[in-house]
Amino acid sequence: MKITGAQALIRSLELEKVKFIFGYPGGAILPVYDSLNYSKIKHILTRSEQGAAHAASGYARVSGKVGVCMATSGPGATNLVTGIATAYMDSIPIVAITGQVSTAVIGRDVFQEVDITGATAPFTKHNFLVKDADDIPRIVKEAFYIASTGRPGPVLIDLPKDVADTKIDFKYPEKVTLRGYKPNIIGHPLQISRAAEMINQCQRPVICAGGGINTSRAEQELMKLAEKGSIPVVTTLMGTGSFPTDHPLYMGMMGMHGLSSANKTITEADLIIAAGARFADRTIGKVEGFAPEAKIIHIDIDPAEIGKNIHAHTPIVGDVKQILEEIGKNVKDKKPSKWNEYIAGLKEKFIANIDNNLLNPVEFIQQLSNKTKGKAIITTEVGCHQMWTAQHYEFTKPRTFISSGGLGTMGYGLPAAIGAQIAQEDMMIINICGDGSFQMNLTEMATAVENNLSIKVVLFNNSGLGLVRQLQEFYCEKRYNQVHFGFVPDFVKIAESYGFKAMRIQKQEEILSAIDSLISEKGPFLLECIVDIDENVYPMVLNGSPINDMIGG
Amino acid sequence: MKTTISVLVENHPGVLFRIAGLFSRRGFNIDSLAVGTTENPDISRITIVVEGDEYIVEQVKKQLNKLVDVIKVSKIIPEDSVTRELVLIKVDAEPQVRSEIIHMAEIFRANIVDVSRKSMTIELTGDKNKISAFEELLKPFGIKELVRTGIIAVNRGANSIKIEEEN
Ligand SMILES: Cc1ncc(C[n+]2csc(CCOP(=O)(O)OP(=O)(O)O)c2C)c(N)n1
Repeated sequence: MKITGAQALIRSLELEKVKFIFGYPGGAILPVYDSLNYSKIKHILTRSEQGAAHAASGYARVSGKVGVCMATSGPGATNLVTGIATAYMDSIPIVAITGQVSTAVIGRDVFQEVDITGATAPFTKHNFLVKDADDIPRIVKEAFYIASTGRPGPVLIDLPKDVADTKIDFKYPEKVTLRGYKPNIIGHPLQISRAAEMINQCQRPVICAGGGINTSRAEQELMKLAEKGSIPVVTTLMGTGSFPTDHPLYMGMMGMHGLSSANKTITEADLIIAAGARFADRTIGKVEGFAPEAKIIHIDIDPAEIGKNIHAHTPIVGDVKQILEEIGKNVKDKKPSKWNEYIAGLKEKFIANIDNNLLNPVEFIQQLSNKTKGKAIITTEVGCHQMWTAQHYEFTKPRTFISSGGLGTMGYGLPAAIGAQIAQEDMMIINICGDGSFQMNLTEMATAVENNLSIKVVLFNNSGLGLVRQLQEFYCEKRYNQVHFGFVPDFVKIAESYGFKAMRIQKQEEILSAIDSLISEKGPFLLECIVDIDENVYPMVLNGSPINDMIGG
Repeated sequence: MKTTISVLVENHPGVLFRIAGLFSRRGFNIDSLAVGTTENPDISRITIVVEGDEYIVEQVKKQLNKLVDVIKVSKIIPEDSVTRELVLIKVDAEPQVRSEIIHMAEIFRANIVDVSRKSMTIELTGDKNKISAFEELLKPFGIKELVRTGIIAVNRGANSIKIEEEN
């Protein structure tokens, strides 16, 4: 029996075991929404397409599966763009499906036409414009394969309306044959033994664990290697959670707002094992002066990352899980050395400076961390609050810090929390946000309530754009411009009108009981914390400085 | 430094767009680019001359390889390859200088493909040096128009750039 292209699309998604689609309907995608009526796949209606893309991303990061988002042509598709670019920069597997105008009129600037494959080519791993309905099953199969293998990333499928209406004989391909796409998974054995040799020979090793550890679920292999060789571990922002923060070998997050213990350890090391990390500019600071005495073993699934920013003495291309395991087998047992002793001395407990009765956000995060035992899934927006969270929440489990690292997209956290909650019904999901970021996608509170998701929101309200203000303080001699809001809404009322319970605190002494309410409340809850806009993020490495040169570090 | 890179790609619409986009986005400089189908109609071959040091060339190769439609990327080694480019040059050619131009064309084994009262169009094939030498010689006569195809290249001997087809 023949089915339509739209039905073929839905059936293909079912065969890819898709359970949820985050999306927003419209004209060009009508046939697909119509077919969805007859499917078990649950559609989550977000309040903007950007929200759908971020939710798919949050879902993917927590579940390890491909997240799916969907939008109509034109403005629907362009609203997805920020979410797709965000997923691209952080290597998150999502498949985005967009409706398109009919093939007969493509290129004529008809209503709601936009060249979305052209627009997204630079920040999708791959994309498809479907011209022939018979290709739909193959394209869906390829899209999921490309999105989820190798270095994961977003793939977009643009489906013209007439193609969606065309009838075809449905046959789902069994395997994918892409002669131009063959990711290298297995690390080269010679390079692996070289790496092990380098580890055995060196005096001052450190592992730099990146987002690849979280993606590849390589946390156990990382732990084994670190413990066997007594190798200290630092994480990048994206690697947060890949190594438990309470472990004696853990030295903290490195980078522009990294902890001083981490930045110093990296700088003084004689061997860096970069595992699933890409030496991003925000992570390494000034290239000259970065770890001047270190030899570098660089493990990454993407060959193009190797040697891109930092020269690697021993590059190993492949899956970091398999490679760490193999290296671990060849590394000699080592007791903690003088190096371990020395760097242990670099660790210091960050004491929030509480000089008056105002609520200190770092103190808040430390308390939140204690009360949740580092076990909640934390999403963030972008700004000071994001950095405070990465620095001071004591993550004990991988894939529990969900934040936009590479693109730094404000508005990510709330929709990502929705995706995360759908992936992990039983976990507590907390979105830590600033008032600037929260106002970008706060409409997604409706999505949370509609779907009975008990998302928690911690809103640090400093009535402005804290992190940009900090930049203006340092780089523009405090000529503050457009970083203080002239009008700030009543967030408690907003949250309540969306069906959240909500509460506002502004004093240090209110923190503990407020956190108790946040945790014990069954449904969605927003806790607004009034904080001083003068609260900066420290340490801070200025542009053009090496990362051991920190202000407030 | 200029490097010639040969790229085998799926003969799909949009492939050239992706490749050109990649070059502009990453700030790689293209000196010339030539595209055409190969012995296999499903596959096109793009010959790109890039300007840049070893680091750039490595990055170009790796980034090209990341494109799903790119099947194979190979660097062309000048000593082991034959490179050719075709140019069409329209030159001012009043009757009194015509024989001189024809003579030069003969020396370079170039063909005269069109003649009018005041101009001649000459076709020349060769490598970069030969083409620039010829261009220099014609300059004094007045070059009205010059079009080049961009370089194409093939390895010498039996060694060829092909995809290894499985199954
Ligand atoms: C979509 C987007 N626009 C602009 C920026 C630039 N930016 C980075 S941090 C920031 C301020 C964020 O303010 P807020 O969310 O209130 O957090 P705070 O720094 O105050 O904690 C801005 C504007 C961005 N990262 N993303």
